[in-house]
Amino acid sequence: MQLWLIPALPLAGFVINGVFGRRFSKTLVNSVAIGSVVMAFAWALKTVLGLGEAPYSEHYFDWIVAGGFRVGCDFAVDRLTAVMLLVVTGVGSLIHIYSIGYMAHDGGYSRFFAYLNLFMFFMLTLVLAANYLVLFVGWEGVGLCSYLLIGFWFHKKSATDAGNKAFIVNRIGDYGFSLAMLLIVVNFGSLDFGPVFGAAGSKPEGLLTTIALLLLVGACGKSAQFPLYVWLPDAMEGPTPVSALIHAATMVTAGVYMVARSFPIYIHAPAALEMVAVIGLFTAAFAATIGLAQNDIKKVFAYSTVSQLGYMFLGLGTGAFSAGIYHLMTHAFFKALLFLGAGSVIHALSGEQDMRNMGGLRKKIPVTFWTLMCAAVAISGVPPFAGFFSKDAILVAAYHHAPWMYWVGTITAGMTAFYVFRAMFMTFFGEYRGHEHPHESPAVITVPLSALAVLSVVGGFIRVPVWLEKFFPVAEAPEEFSLVAISVVAGVAGIALAWVMYMVKPGLADSVSASLGGLYRLVYNKYFVDEIYDAAVVKPVVNGSRVVLWRGLDAGLIDGAANGIGSSSQGLGGWLKLLQSGNIRSYATWVVFGSVILVVALGLVGAVR
Amino acid sequence: MTLLNLVLGLPALGFFALLFVPRDKPQFVRGLAIAMALVTFIASIGLATGLRGDVAGMQFSTDVIWIPTPEIHFHVGIDGLSLWLVILSTLLTPICILISWRSIDKRVKEFYAFLLLLEFGLIGVFISLDLFLFYVFWEVSLVPMYFLIGIWGHERRIYAAVKFFLFTMAGSVLMLAAIIYLYNRAGTFDYAAILNLMAGGKLSFSPGQEMLLFLAFFVAFAIKVPLFPLHTWLPDAHVEAPTAGSVMLASVMLKMGTYGLLRYCVPLFSEAARRCAPWIIVLAIIGIIYGALVAMVQPNMKKLVAYSSVSHLGFVVLGIFSFTQLGFDGAVYQMLNHGISTGALFVLVGYLYERRHSLAIADFGGVATPAPWLSTIFLITTLASIGLPTLNNFVGEYLVLQGAAQANFRWAVFAAIGVILSACYMLWLYQRVFYGDTPEPVTDHVYDLNHREWAAILPLVAMMVWMGVYTPSFLPPITRANTAILDQSRMNVRFRVALPPAPYLSAREVPHAR
Repeated sequence: MQLWLIPALPLAGFVINGVFGRRFSKTLVNSVAIGSVVMAFAWALKTVLGLGEAPYSEHYFDWIVAGGFRVGCDFAVDRLTAVMLLVVTGVGSLIHIYSIGYMAHDGGYSRFFAYLNLFMFFMLTLVLAANYLVLFVGWEGVGLCSYLLIGFWFHKKSATDAGNKAFIVNRIGDYGFSLAMLLIVVNFGSLDFGPVFGAAGSKPEGLLTTIALLLLVGACGKSAQFPLYVWLPDAMEGPTPVSALIHAATMVTAGVYMVARSFPIYIHAPAALEMVAVIGLFTAAFAATIGLAQNDIKKVFAYSTVSQLGYMFLGLGTGAFSAGIYHLMTHAFFKALLFLGAGSVIHALSGEQDMRNMGGLRKKIPVTFWTLMCAAVAISGVPPFAGFFSKDAILVAAYHHAPWMYWVGTITAGMTAFYVFRAMFMTFFGEYRGHEHPHESPAVITVPLSALAVLSVVGGFIRVPVWLEKFFPVAEAPEEFSLVAISVVAGVAGIALAWVMYMVKPGLADSVSASLGGLYRLVYNKYFVDEIYDAAVVKPVVNGSRVVLWRGLDAGLIDGAANGIGSSSQGLGGWLKLLQSGNIRSYATWVVFGSVILVVALGLVGAVR
Repeated sequence: MTLLNLVLGLPALGFFALLFVPRDKPQFVRGLAIAMALVTFIASIGLATGLRGDVAGMQFSTDVIWIPTPEIHFHVGIDGLSLWLVILSTLLTPICILISWRSIDKRVKEFYAFLLLLEFGLIGVFISLDLFLFYVFWEVSLVPMYFLIGIWGHERRIYAAVKFFLFTMAGSVLMLAAIIYLYNRAGTFDYAAILNLMAGGKLSFSPGQEMLLFLAFFVAFAIKVPLFPLHTWLPDAHVEAPTAGSVMLASVMLKMGTYGLLRYCVPLFSEAARRCAPWIIVLAIIGIIYGALVAMVQPNMKKLVAYSSVSHLGFVVLGIFSFTQLGFDGAVYQMLNHGISTGALFVLVGYLYERRHSLAIADFGGVATPAPWLSTIFLITTLASIGLPTLNNFVGEYLVLQGAAQANFRWAVFAAIGVILSACYMLWLYQRVFYGDTPEPVTDHVYDLNHREWAAILPLVAMMVWMGVYTPSFLPPITRANTAILDQSRMNVRFRVALPPAPYLSAREVPHAR
């Protein structure tokens, strides 16, 4: 089926725009960039439609062969990959189109589209990979593109700082991923999914748990889970289409995909699977509390992404793999829409991101408002919008795994509804508090918004769990009406609370935050996690390296000792000068002298034995 | 006259030819130098295409008596281990001539003569099969580098050149003693003959003797690598050397050390090498982490790259002393990778120096605005250096870590920290030099790549991609050579003690990680 075409098309777009883009007209850049991604979507669709129950794979060449070890450049497509392929190329195409409008006035136009295409190449490589090493190629590659696009406006120090942070925090996660791969090869002799997963059942549980936990470290980095989530909120420094595509809809779900892909390892490592659930649930609740108090519209949605990714991990960890992937898909729709809508708002206000300077935009940018409302309702879990089905599937599975997980998840769902509608009310209702002249975005922006709005409304009817029925082991619990009802009530209550606090009694929010005092400041300042990391890790490492290792140990002790030997032998050389006239000859003497001593010494050792 | 002799002879011919060129024709000197270097490179490609996979042992061999008493042979030949290091030398020499085109304007003739002499010495080191001949080439390569640093270097060039010379000499004296001792015992300098004597049980050493001999060779090579804590000559030499000197030093000369470890230390004294391996690996891992941490806080770009070399070369030593097939293969691949990507880093830092006349990171900023292509190429090189998959270093680092993990998983756990740290220091460097607002001196002086500079850097970038994406072009001969070395190292141990068990087997045979 020529699977390689799917990533190769955007790669070609990257090369063309990367090399010649600066000389191209904008129209030409657009046609190359968007044409290649849309064609990739078409080819992916054709591939998926031709796909049966059985996975299909292609081998291109042996990438690394050494000793008895062999890793091929192999692609494969199965039902899980199919979901990812369509989400990535479909949502990716819409965001590419949106970017035409959003980036229209930016100086780095062709560079932006080249990077986006490069991202698509790596992301598609990631999901098509038939072994861990090729997956890792995509994994690192999307991280690179994330770095490049976060720091896209490289004049801003905050942007390039955020890019570095993203790359380095991800590297910490990748450290775990790499160690997992090393262990897999040592114990399975291969990195190919087929042989590894086939043999997983026969390996000791301790080993599988170690591997699974190390993979989870990687997933926590890429999918912004506690404690490695800190890069994602900062990543909002990048242009908004990047936040939507990479930092909401696709790349950050790579960790979820990787854990789901590795399910044959995880189901034999229950402790690790429990850890997935716990980390996911904690992250979901933790990030949601931070989201309650943010004023930057993109930051709200960023913490929301961290939180929603936590839900997906909760789904995987409670054994409901297909529910996790289901939520991955619906989240891609409504979260991409939230970001693109936020981008449209920011665009309308010429760069304003602080919600305290917005308000009343409902009438001024109606298309943005209505589409964004679809996303807000979807994420709040209101039936029958997209988020309802997938979140419900996860929560029900959580209940059957451990009821307390359900309750924490449900409360988090209430908080989610609250902060999203808080953002909606602050942005679109009341009086306009800023000084710009808001204007509705052009069609090239509103059409992708509308398409995603449709998907957010009806996307839940794409029954991913049915599609994946035979793929994952069946752990789905029966639907229980009361559980569903409670989580819906939680969502509606969150919306109602936001309505009361920001619409009915606008002063109430301030007085609540004032009465909470220290707790509010703790949440507002994101629990000071960045500051703690900085003081506990970054500063000690940098200062320790500078003062202790470099100035103290390297320049002081080691080099000092070497120079000390040098100067004392200079003294010795002064003595030798009495006997010798020139430097070269003194070297020669040393050569002979030293050799003789060593030959004698070796002879002595030989004689002794 | 084999092709190999031609590859060795052409730089020497170029060296002598340059000596007879009149001093007042610098353009002719440059033209002649690059012509000779390019012809050598093209000839060396023939070695890669001509090296046969179905023939064991050394190929393109020549064995004639050079000095009758004591009997010293001119015995040269290559296998997969030598092959790529020879080509690395012949590739980088023309690149070094190109990048020195403008920046070297005094004693032009001598400069290029020394560069070709250096190439001659380096190729000689990698193809010698006679221990004495090896030692001669080892010393021959030292002299031109000493002068390249001492004459064309920066302010503290004399200090750096002398330091470089003394450190290397200190090691090579020990090695010479060991070589002489080996001759006294074996009656020959011929490497293959010595290995045969040992394999046949006709030549053997007591554990004490073997350990001393091993250490004599090891120290010479470890200084050259350089292995922590013998590395302090390197940052000084790099900072003071002219760009071409830094490139040849980092890319090729450091590999003399790792090549020596793999070619001589491991097969000749395998038992001592295995006994010392855990200690050496501890030093290698310290070097990986320490080099990276110290690189992170350097204010000078060349020093930063120099310390990063300590870190990268730590991976090579780790791979060699893991005594696994994957470790060996990764180590050799990593030697080449480091040659390509760190060589390119020095070339690029040289470009920046030619523009701004400073190596201090603080004197730069926002270079991406006036010089987008220079920034792009620097970024690709940075990414190669930090081991991004699809670029060359990833393959080497991965294989080394995999080999280390097979031997002892804990080694991999510590060594892999270096992969995190490399991203820290390189991305921070990149941010401070290329991103941000552009200060006036940068705007005034920094311009984008010209054609000559493109011609010098593009081959290296192409190699980064090629070696990262399609290893079958490079890896098979390396694997074959390493299998032979691994077998030799086992064979020589068999006469003394039983092999240590599991960790030294190949991938498929290992049941569980420790």
